[in-house]
Amino acid sequence: MALQAIAFYLMAATTILAGIAVVSSRNPVHSVLFLIAAFISAAGLFVLLGAEFLAMLLVIVYVGAVAVLFLFVVMMLDVDFAALRQGFAKYMPLGGLIALGLAVEMIVVSTTVATKGAARLSETPMAQGAGAPANISNAEAIGRVLYTHYVYFFQAAGMVLLVAMIGAIVLTLRHKPGVKRQVIMDQMLRTPRAGMRMVSPKPGEGIDA
Amino acid sequence: MTIGLAHYLAVAAILFTIGVFGIFVNRKNIIIILMSIELILLAVNINLVAFSAYLGNVTGQIFAMFVLTVAAAEAAVGLAILVAFFRNRGDIAVDDASMMKG
Repeated sequence: MALQAIAFYLMAATTILAGIAVVSSRNPVHSVLFLIAAFISAAGLFVLLGAEFLAMLLVIVYVGAVAVLFLFVVMMLDVDFAALRQGFAKYMPLGGLIALGLAVEMIVVSTTVATKGAARLSETPMAQGAGAPANISNAEAIGRVLYTHYVYFFQAAGMVLLVAMIGAIVLTLRHKPGVKRQVIMDQMLRTPRAGMRMVSPKPGEGIDA
Repeated sequence: MTIGLAHYLAVAAILFTIGVFGIFVNRKNIIIILMSIELILLAVNINLVAFSAYLGNVTGQIFAMFVLTVAAAEAAVGLAILVAFFRNRGDIAVDDASMMKG
């Protein structure tokens, strides 16, 4: 139990410190790397809760895809990031005050819910679900619910990803003018009549190109 | 020394607040704003998974998965818009993005 507490505090501290570094880092590349650190330690918290499947999903989807996408975009854009940071000190006091108030409120509310709430909480986390057989894994428990009760939502999530993919491609696709491409149909439709021109130049003048 | 639901909820609350704070202080830099939104969604996911684990109900994890899906789609479309905007303007300052204010 003490080992779990140590692991929890370690990963919670890493998550929060990495989150602070994300928003306060000078270089956006560092921000992305701290974002990756925050996600990995949050995945550790998920493992502590027993939700191994979501932890792996977080590492694969976020660290593997989203964070790398961010990294690509940050490195691709040639922007003066120092100029974008002005105003940081100006908004710091008000932002900090609002953030502090928000944090205190949320912690008070969530502690009240967790200690005095009406819901019956279990002593230890059980990510398999209370009614499930004891010997199934977390992934199997999720699959049993996801592919039965939530199958339409699952399909809708796939549709969301499809639309996002098409949207991202359409937004970034660019047709440069002046690029020569092979048009097979034009090549096949070309006839000897269209492909050559009969001229009769006057002696000593030549023809214009 | 036992770690209960309140501990996880506190971590999620602090992370959410950091995300809101990041939007406040970096309001010129849209890349950091997008990353702050990712932090906020991560905090929501921690909340969902913690409640799921302590209530013994898998549904919370399934909703966390859907949040993950939407967050990935949002990041992809947001960054695509950012790249298109950068190509048109040569800059990504948020204050200049006022073409559509009518």
